[in-house]
This record gives sequence, structure tokens and C-alpha cells, in this order.
Amino acid sequence: MKRGILLGAICLLPFFLRAQGKAVSIKLVSFEHLQQRLQQGTDTTFVVNFWATWCGPCLEEIPYFDRLQEKYSSKKVKVLLVSLDFRSQLKTGVIPFVKKSELISEVILLDEADHGAIIEKIDPSWSGALPATLLVNTATGAGKFHEGSFNFDELEAFYLLTQ
Amino acid sequence: MKHQLFLFGALFFLALPAARAQQSYSDGYAIGDKATSFSLKDVSGKMVSMDDYDSAKGYIVIFTCNTCPYSKAYESRISDLHEKYASGGFPVLAVNPNDPEVSGGDSYEAMKERAAAKGFEFPYLFDPGQIITKQYGPQRTPHVFLLEKTSEGNVVRYVGAIDNDTENTNPDKISYVEQAVKAIKSGRQPDPATTKAIGCGVKWQKS
Repeated sequence: MKRGILLGAICLLPFFLRAQGKAVSIKLVSFEHLQQRLQQGTDTTFVVNFWATWCGPCLEEIPYFDRLQEKYSSKKVKVLLVSLDFRSQLKTGVIPFVKKSELISEVILLDEADHGAIIEKIDPSWSGALPATLLVNTATGAGKFHEGSFNFDELEAFYLLTQ
Repeated sequence: MKHQLFLFGALFFLALPAARAQQSYSDGYAIGDKATSFSLKDVSGKMVSMDDYDSAKGYIVIFTCNTCPYSKAYESRISDLHEKYASGGFPVLAVNPNDPEVSGGDSYEAMKERAAAKGFEFPYLFDPGQIITKQYGPQRTPHVFLLEKTSEGNVVRYVGAIDNDTENTNPDKISYVEQAVKAIKSGRQPDPATTKAIGCGVKWQKS
């Protein structure tokens, strides 16, 4: 009997997990809060991708970020997908996209109206065009910034530069 | 907290290759450069040339397009700028920088439709082969180059965003272009002379 329940539970587990996966919640995060996040962890490499649902090249490369997170899951690597969509697009654009693409990486929406000031702080070389990717290794203090798209090999090479 | 912020700043500082420092628009025009005059086809089919504006004191050149949500968000503000400053000598000249092969929604035909639907009063210009776009060097849409007409030519006085509030929800937003036009009119240099904003990257022709 007990065995039956256990077996049943195991069989139902995938459905339960899938149902869990469908509940997408995306946090609105201030820039200050993002900065704090990037200081947490003693030997973590943050791969921070700035994207938006309206940016075609961004959507093309997002699966590579998920793949990187998966491939290096044994390492302390944390992919953060930071959406720069308008706040009004959260429910109508960002959440549906994240659900549909079944992303494993954490997605947040940057809750700031004046992006100009932030761009400068993220990297003075950034023009503001998307996509853009920031890498921060909290152990070595090494950081890298890239404006433009990646294919998977380029992204991996970019990540490995700081390892 | 201060210490942490400093650390964060230091992280980024270390991340910067020295050559990049302060070079905000590597391939395009910088402040003080002389910008090329252009003559491009408007959505009405006629050629619009900077030289046609005899009484112009300068030009608000805005690289913008049909498809980018940021461009769309700014359309009415671009119209407002033209309405407010064209008669005073600073007309808006909007140029679509995108390659129509790469971005189908930015074809000349689509530009005509957009301009008609939105009632653009300012010239909305097509740049075949992205020749003017390559010279100016906008990186995203919308991207403003404010020029002052001088005896030496058209001098770049401001490069950047229209204001600091794309979603237009902040009553205390800073209207950079308006500020810059006012500064030039009163003989001052715009401050800030460059600003940044999030925008859609320019869709360059595939080589």
C-alpha cells in the first residue's frame, strides 16, 4: 500500500513540477538592489544579460544563456536575465515570453525610469543598445562587458575569460 | 554601504579596457564635430535638404524608425519638438537608419504608412544604403544629434536621448533636447552635451 502511494507520488511528480514551473513571477528590482545582488556570494560569477521582449537579437540569444547556466551548473555561475521592458509590459509581454520559453535562468525586470544614469554605471562604454551582457566574478573582482549579441560559443568564451 | 558601492564601482573600473574610457560614440560624430549636410527623400517623395532651410539656426536630427517600441513611445514627443522649435530655427529632421532588408517593417513603404497614420509634420527621411547613418553613427533608435548652423558648417552640440523618461510618467523628467536647444539659442553649450538611453540597436545591412 505504502509502496503504491510512493509510486503514485513519483508518477505524479513531473506533473506537479510542471505545474510549479508555470507559475512565473518576475520581480521588479531597483538598480541599487541589483548592485547589492552582484556583491553577494564569495566566488560566484554573475552573467547579467540586459534584454527586452521587443529586441529580436536578444530573444535569439537568450537560450544560450540558459544553456550556459545548465552546462556550468556544477560551477558557481548565476545567470540573471535583466529585462529592460517598460513596466507596463510586465504582464502582457515579459511574463508570457518567460512562460513560453520555459527559461531556467532567473528573470528580473529593472524598475527604473531613467535608464541613462544606469547605463553609465553599468559600463561607460555602453551606448544603451540591447542586448548587452555584464560579467562579474566576485572572487577575483574581474569584470567584463559586451555590447551586442552572442552565439553560444562566443558566450561561453566570454564566460571562460573570467574563470 | 558606501564601501560596498565603492567596491562595486571598482569592479567595473577594473573591467574597463583603458582605450574605452570616455569614448562614448566611437565611430559616429562627437561633440564639436562638423556634421555632413544631407539631402534625403521624404515620405512624400520629395527630396529634403538641410540647405533648403534658409532661416535655420540648427537642426534636430533624430534617427528613429517604425518598429522600435522606444521610437514609438517618442513619436508624439518628436512631433512636439518640431512644433515647438521649427519656427524658431530648429526643425526636426527624422531619419530612419534601419536597413529594410534586415528590418522589413522599416521599408520606405512602411515609413509612408506610419507617417500618414501618425500625422508626422516633420520630414521623415529614408537613407538608402545607410550612407548618412554611417557618417552620423547613431547606435540606437531614437538617437538625437542636435546641430548648430555656423559659418563653419553644422556643428554637433548635443548627442543622445530626447529626455530621461521613455515611458513618460515622471513629471520631473529632464527634456535634454529642449534644454540643449535653449542653451544654443542663448549662446551657451548644452549641459549635458551627451546622454544615453536604452533603445533598439540600429539594424545594419548584412555584409
